[in-house]
Amino acid sequence: MSWLNKLLPPKIKRDPRTSKASAVPEGLWSKCPACEAVLYHTDLQANLQVCPKCDHHHSLNARERLDMLLDAEGRREIGAEVKPIDILKFKDSKKYPDRLVAAAESTGEDDALVVMQGSIHNMPAVVAAFEFRFIGGSMGSVVGERFVRGVQAAVEARAPFICVAASGGARMQEGLNSLMQMAKTSAALQLLSDYQLPFISILTDPTMGGVSASFAFLGDVVIGEPGALIGFAGPRVIEQTVRETLPEGFQRSEFLIEKGALDMIVDRRELKLRVATLVALLMKEAQPVSA
Amino acid sequence: MKPTFLDFEQPIAELENKIEELRFVQDDSVLDISEEISRLQKKSQELTKTLYSKLTPSQIAIVARHPQRPYTLDYVDGLFTDFQEMRGDRSFADDPAIVGGLARFNGQPVMVIGHQKGRDTKEKIARNFGMPRPEGYRKALRLMRTAEKFGLPVMTFVDTPGAYPGIGAEERGQSEAIGRNLYEMARLKVPVIVTVIGEGGSGGALAIAVGDYVNMLQYSTYSVISPEGCASILWKTAERAGDAAEALGITAPRLKSLGLIDRVVNEPLGGAHRDHAAMMTALKRVLQEQLKEAGSRGLDELLKTRFDRLMSYGRFKEDAA
Repeated sequence: MSWLNKLLPPKIKRDPRTSKASAVPEGLWSKCPACEAVLYHTDLQANLQVCPKCDHHHSLNARERLDMLLDAEGRREIGAEVKPIDILKFKDSKKYPDRLVAAAESTGEDDALVVMQGSIHNMPAVVAAFEFRFIGGSMGSVVGERFVRGVQAAVEARAPFICVAASGGARMQEGLNSLMQMAKTSAALQLLSDYQLPFISILTDPTMGGVSASFAFLGDVVIGEPGALIGFAGPRVIEQTVRETLPEGFQRSEFLIEKGALDMIVDRRELKLRVATLVALLMKEAQPVSA
Repeated sequence: MKPTFLDFEQPIAELENKIEELRFVQDDSVLDISEEISRLQKKSQELTKTLYSKLTPSQIAIVARHPQRPYTLDYVDGLFTDFQEMRGDRSFADDPAIVGGLARFNGQPVMVIGHQKGRDTKEKIARNFGMPRPEGYRKALRLMRTAEKFGLPVMTFVDTPGAYPGIGAEERGQSEAIGRNLYEMARLKVPVIVTVIGEGGSGGALAIAVGDYVNMLQYSTYSVISPEGCASILWKTAERAGDAAEALGITAPRLKSLGLIDRVVNEPLGGAHRDHAAMMTALKRVLQEQLKEAGSRGLDELLKTRFDRLMSYGRFKEDAA
């Protein structure tokens, strides 16, 4: 609540549920956090959630991401049967099962990774996308298992595996089992290598901690989205450790490409075709035609 | 070396002080007080036994960081001969937070790699408190590759608060260095035996801890995040580290029961720091056995078992499709 609200006498205070302002449908307009331009929601959506004024890449949820990368026809979800459990009876200020339920209600997903088999510009592919809104896109047992099942499906179909990361790191509530998902997902990529199948790793805002320090940088091609925060330790932790102010743009895609950590930064509006182009080159196939 | 006592060990410390005083008086005393001394010594031992039989996870986390606990180079001294330290990652620097090199174990050539903490302030700083930078992990990988080329088993010793969260470490690809090790170790074509000797701090520990056998010393810890870090995120205060330690399940017996490690190696009474020699003997027996078993299993089977185990990590339920 802002200071202004606190000053207002209770009668004048607006209840957001009854206020007349809610007559305007929610989400019709939104403000770009980067350039503060007020944007018409439909425009933003048509532009893949990239600000038409300043090219700021707004976050996408997992299914929007899959929609954007995969062709509309012939999709099949992989690993949806795998569901989370509370191994440790973990409880902090909230019980882990309660967190899972709350995250499921607010996202419509049951864990932080959605994997789909389908095609990209008519080339078969398996794509995994993180759902950041689900407990910070954290990687626990379900994320690890769905990732591996996705890799296995790619191997069976002799198709490339593409992963779009957006994660704060490992899922603390699953203890050491979540740390082991780093080893599990990284090891699984050996299966792709066995069959010369490409792994394209796309890092979006943010890709940190245990996800960053496992499969994320093991891509045959590692792509960053513009402006994405990507790193092992979070900026706050680093600042507390080194007691220095961090350099401008530290851990952003543009910084990482300078340091040699990324192959390329790709604008989301070109991403699908670029991924298809890369896969076709690596798999010695004809250049795909944009649909 | 005079032992350093931890907070919860204060009753033992008091007894030990008393014994020390009596010993001092004994020299110029006409009375024979040796009986009294041995009575107190026995009492001190029993007290240690009781205290250590019911340590909480957060107390174990403190023992795991005990300043006199044996570090990797102590194990190198105690368990190996002909150690030849090999330094540097060949592209940027040598990271003293990870040490490694060729050595003999019972006469058999092996590659030893481990995190290394410092004893005194100067060495602590030089070794960055055992927190490696990317070049440390790249050195480790280089040594593993050398081991693979010559068919030498790899033995790693894990003891780190975590990979270093610094500006340079990020610039040089801390994430990539850790991830690369996880990928390569999954298929390294020689036996890999891992022992957590102190702190197993998150990805920084895991980056040299993928292997065929994973052991933990009785009072070591292995965790996805430090109890302090977890508490400050989930409880919004590092003061709840005790609760976090409990919730995360970071102790050797707990992780053994979860099926995440193979073996708990018992420590001498009062912890490894009380009796380095006894600790060496206990660990040597285990490593000997595992090395022999690994040698008899054949590489294909070894690699398949290692890979299958990696794929089996994690617990979830599966709904009928």
